[in-house]
Amino acid sequence: MRLVLVGTSHHHAPVELREQVALGREEAQALAGRLAESGREAVCLSTCNRTELYVAAEDADEAERDAVAALASLGPEIAPALYRLQDSAAAHHLFRVAAGLDSLVPGEGEVLGQVRLAHELGATGLLLDRVFRQALHAGRKVRAQTAIGESPASVSAAAAALAEQVFGSLEGRSILLLGAGKVSEGAARNLRSRGAEIAFVANSKTELELIAEQLATVDVVIASTNAPGLVLGADSVADALRRRRGRRLLLVDLAVPRDLDPAIAELDGCYLYDIDDLEQIVVETLSLRRREAERAESIVATEAEKFHEWHASLDVVPAIASLRARGEEIREAELRKAEALLGRLDESQRRAVEAVTAQIVNKLLHLPTVRMKQAAAGADGVLYAEAVRHLFGLGEDER
Amino acid sequence: MAELLFWPALLLYGEAAVGYLGDIRRPGRAGRAATWGVRLGWLVQTALLAVQAARDDGFPWGTWASSLDLFVWLVVSAYLIWGCRRPYRLLGLVVMPLAVALLVVARAGGGTGIGSASHYSNLFLVVHVGLVLAAFAGFTLAAALSGLYVWQERRLQTRPAAILRRQMPALATLDSLALRTVAWSLPLLTLGAVVGLVRLVARGDRLDALIGVTAATWFVWCAYLGLRLLGGWTGRRAAYLALAGFALVVVVRLALPATHFA
Repeated sequence: MRLVLVGTSHHHAPVELREQVALGREEAQALAGRLAESGREAVCLSTCNRTELYVAAEDADEAERDAVAALASLGPEIAPALYRLQDSAAAHHLFRVAAGLDSLVPGEGEVLGQVRLAHELGATGLLLDRVFRQALHAGRKVRAQTAIGESPASVSAAAAALAEQVFGSLEGRSILLLGAGKVSEGAARNLRSRGAEIAFVANSKTELELIAEQLATVDVVIASTNAPGLVLGADSVADALRRRRGRRLLLVDLAVPRDLDPAIAELDGCYLYDIDDLEQIVVETLSLRRREAERAESIVATEAEKFHEWHASLDVVPAIASLRARGEEIREAELRKAEALLGRLDESQRRAVEAVTAQIVNKLLHLPTVRMKQAAAGADGVLYAEAVRHLFGLGEDER
Repeated sequence: MAELLFWPALLLYGEAAVGYLGDIRRPGRAGRAATWGVRLGWLVQTALLAVQAARDDGFPWGTWASSLDLFVWLVVSAYLIWGCRRPYRLLGLVVMPLAVALLVVARAGGGTGIGSASHYSNLFLVVHVGLVLAAFAGFTLAAALSGLYVWQERRLQTRPAAILRRQMPALATLDSLALRTVAWSLPLLTLGAVVGLVRLVARGDRLDALIGVTAATWFVWCAYLGLRLLGGWTGRRAAYLALAGFALVVVVRLALPATHFA
């Protein structure tokens, strides 16, 4: 059984091409089902950054042609942007994808869930089930043993992570939004996903006048107005702090020009971050992710090697099974021939003869079995399997 | 036997201190090794204390040096409650070198061997010394949490690009843990001190320097609890007060040359 991968990703195709082959959950399941007809296995992994078809088939070339045709039928211009990988290379690629190493932001964790979903929706059998399970294992292992996914990769995620550094759990914490730009919405969404609530949105001049009241109660202020000058001065914040009785206040200024007076940073109990601070944090955390990616690559390579050994052993497993069956067949035939002699033995003596003959067969076949498995991990597995079939006449009876 | 157990405990605590230092440079394996060092070291020291208790005729931690041995065990026990969690590993950088240093001092003073039993009654010593030392261990941990608070708050205010590189406990968490630790420890000190005072009055003994500084320590921690619960003190102010309270604990444990029951 061969493993074939045909697909495209953000490395090879711009969004105009990728969107042609992007598939929803049902479409991906249907496509996998179609490709899996005639005894094949198939999984379709479709995310915003990639669409990949994994097919397990006896004839790799035919499977590859069918997968290319399936993607080309979705977007005729996609063909030049497709990559094709087989067997160990395809598995290694899937492991890297699951670990987030092939993602736009190294180590992003969402892709692991997408791989899991693709596996669940796919038409899997022995090979694809194994390779996807191992990919999920590799992805989890990378996340557990490296810090690749721990640090925020965007300004809005950095703002949320900072809020957690100040408050711990954000459950029930309240947010004051000054202005409603795209970036501040992203930051607010990130905070809300961690349990915080938006208490007030000040988007007009009248609403901005109410800020002073809100400042006494909220925990996080996110500012991103289009105002030409400062919207919130240090004096207003100092006033609010007196009413807060020591409660901490995180202020995130995403606006250019800035909305929040830099002097706020000097006030006790206030933590002020502007867009430059957040961008520097993101640059730093991305460089950390890249460093951790080196460790993650070695984990993935180890898992890929394990898969390679297992996959290669599939070539020799039928030969090993036939060889052992032949040995057993000969043993039983010889015992039947000697029935006249054995008939005079008592039960315990018969059991001893059974055990001795079985042991002889096992010992004879042990070394060839081990050597075949070893050869399977290299390039000679099929050759060894053929040699064993030829030398022992395995499968000749059927012919 | 006690000798056989002292060195592994010291080595494991030392390994933990070095491991936590390594964890600062590169978080991960060194931190995990350090945490195992604390766990195993604590188990070995527990065995050491058990041997001391079994072999001695009486309460074995009544002397200055031997009480340090017990104090180290209590501090590490308190640290173990949080120390195994990854965000609190940095706390180990404060606690474990302190534990190593105090254990060495305890040994230099002959407090880790057998035969340091006091002539005071066991029940009185268990209650008085046990409670006071447990309270001091709690204050030590509260001070370490407060120190970490001050450090982390300073980082948040200076806004370094690497602020999120290390997983740290949140300011609010550190603040509330320090408060809870003191809230548990102060009643222990109060009870331990009352037991000592009752005995002092009953025997007609006089106050000494140790009692005086311990009383001052008690007042500072009472003020800490009162100001936090009633005065609304939080954050840096409260952390500095906790560090001041710890300074008095250091004076009581180390600067005063003898205990009143030595």
